[in-house]
Amino acid sequence: MTGVETTTGPRDRLSEWLRERISYAVSEFTAATALVVLFIALSLASPYFLTADNLFNIGSQTAVIAIIAVAQTMIIITKGIDLSVGSVAALAGVVGAIVVRDLGFSVWEATVVAIGVGAAAGLVNGLLVAMAHLPPFIATLGMMSAGRGLVFIITGAVGVYSLPKSFQLLGNGEIAGIPFAIVITAVVALGVAFLLSQSRFGQYVYAMGSNMEAARRSGIAVRRNLTAVYVLAGALVGLGGMVATSRVASGQPNYGIGLELDVIAAAVIGGASLFGGQGRIAGTLIGAFLIAVVRNGSVLLGISIHYQQVIVGLIIWAAVYFDQFRRRRLEARG
Amino acid sequence: MSAAGVSGGGTGRDEEDRPVLEAHGIVKRFGHVEALRGADFAVHRGEVVALIGDNGAGKSTLIKVLSGAQPQDEGEILIDGRPERFGSPVDARRAGLETVYQDLAVADDLSVAANLYLGREIKRRGLPGLLGLLDKHAMRRGAAEALEQLGVQVPRVTTPIAMLSGGQRQSVAVARAVVWATSVVILDEPTAALGVVQTQRVLEVIDRARDADMSVVLVSHNMPQVLEIADRVEVMRLGRRTARFRAAEATTDDLVAAMTGALVTEPEDSNLR
Repeated sequence: MTGVETTTGPRDRLSEWLRERISYAVSEFTAATALVVLFIALSLASPYFLTADNLFNIGSQTAVIAIIAVAQTMIIITKGIDLSVGSVAALAGVVGAIVVRDLGFSVWEATVVAIGVGAAAGLVNGLLVAMAHLPPFIATLGMMSAGRGLVFIITGAVGVYSLPKSFQLLGNGEIAGIPFAIVITAVVALGVAFLLSQSRFGQYVYAMGSNMEAARRSGIAVRRNLTAVYVLAGALVGLGGMVATSRVASGQPNYGIGLELDVIAAAVIGGASLFGGQGRIAGTLIGAFLIAVVRNGSVLLGISIHYQQVIVGLIIWAAVYFDQFRRRRLEARG
Repeated sequence: MSAAGVSGGGTGRDEEDRPVLEAHGIVKRFGHVEALRGADFAVHRGEVVALIGDNGAGKSTLIKVLSGAQPQDEGEILIDGRPERFGSPVDARRAGLETVYQDLAVADDLSVAANLYLGREIKRRGLPGLLGLLDKHAMRRGAAEALEQLGVQVPRVTTPIAMLSGGQRQSVAVARAVVWATSVVILDEPTAALGVVQTQRVLEVIDRARDADMSVVLVSHNMPQVLEIADRVEVMRLGRRTARFRAAEATTDDLVAAMTGALVTEPEDSNLR
């Protein structure tokens, strides 16, 4: 057996190992670096930036986007996309608010209902993608429209108010001085990261996104697993919608319009590839915080909201360009 | 080259030596087109059989029937003499047949180890296993051992497939089939897209599989390669087997003659029942 292509010395092995790690996480690494640079710059530029209050504020603001971006990441890894997250979050949120106001549910019971609503919407998305073989873009575009329509039908296009003070627990409450929304985000992120990296289901998520046909021929129950991804993502979107509703203490039928763009941006900036097979929760969280810090910093520095959108757009371009650059380099080796 | 002690092939086949995989009178129609018109095929244990034929001769269709991807309309498949009916690739795998398709073999973003165990992951013991958690250490160890045995060299088993060369990638795909197959590995043009050195690597894996008493069915267009690696050659033409050769006794000219119909070793009517 000749070994002309393989590395031999320990130094070669080390450099090979490093190159492999770095190229695999290059978007994540770049985004994290950008975040750190931004942190330092903003700390110097504004005395208010690096205060516990402001950081908790950023954390709470990011919570909803981060939770839903985690859900989006799972779907993007399967080479899918979910455009319906804004509508589904709004639907789950208003239903959660209505069951509290009209049926006297506790906030916990309402949260379970909201998660159920999200999971049901995810089930429909998943069945359309996995069983009816609709492209994810189309399946979730339909849900985006249908979900928003349902929100308006249920609420009569009027916000759901007169909610008890306890309703704000998820969005504005605290545990041991830490905002509840941040705790929820951390639990969701850790849970999904663990699932993706350690479980067989997680392995199948990457396998399906990387090569659907190879996964099918390997005996993976593609339809069932793909549907499960959408159901789980939908449940998290429902939870995120409930946290958002709790934050503003009312069910808003217009909530979440354009939310899909923020969460897709967060996932992509963090290294999730729209070509499937790649993406990690850590990267998505970095992406979500990067966007939030840009927004927060812009406010502190008095930069107009319109410029913020331009900045986020530039970041998306840069992130996707890096992703494609990396892919081309990897493929050039093969 | 090993001599696994299995003769087989030719016309004077030993009757006691039962093929590990046998197909008789396979008919497969697509609408009005008969892609297979009573095709026969056989491979014995520890034998590498090349399946050749011109484009449209029915090789790919026969492979799809044997691998369960497209069930036949008529005819029977025997594994160790027992009739089997493959409704899906999963059925064929359960019967011990593994197939490597030219381009659909591996998931690029997953590691070498993850690809070797794809669909057959090792779970942890006890409760974590019931929760679906993977025993990655066991899979890495198993993958490293299996690749070592088959002489497949990769930087590390944790390397994503996307970072390997084309030859390494295909070697991993072939190794994966060899590891899981209990009777037959079917390779559909495994070296078609590879360079000379990389092709040699894949052929070495096939050699080692034969040494391990595995049977290999190899579809190829490359006549010199076929004669180099195979023990026997079966030639298809117009949806049927028209000739069989021992590789050691055949020439490239013989194979080409059989593919074009100028040379026929099989009795014309034996397949038309």
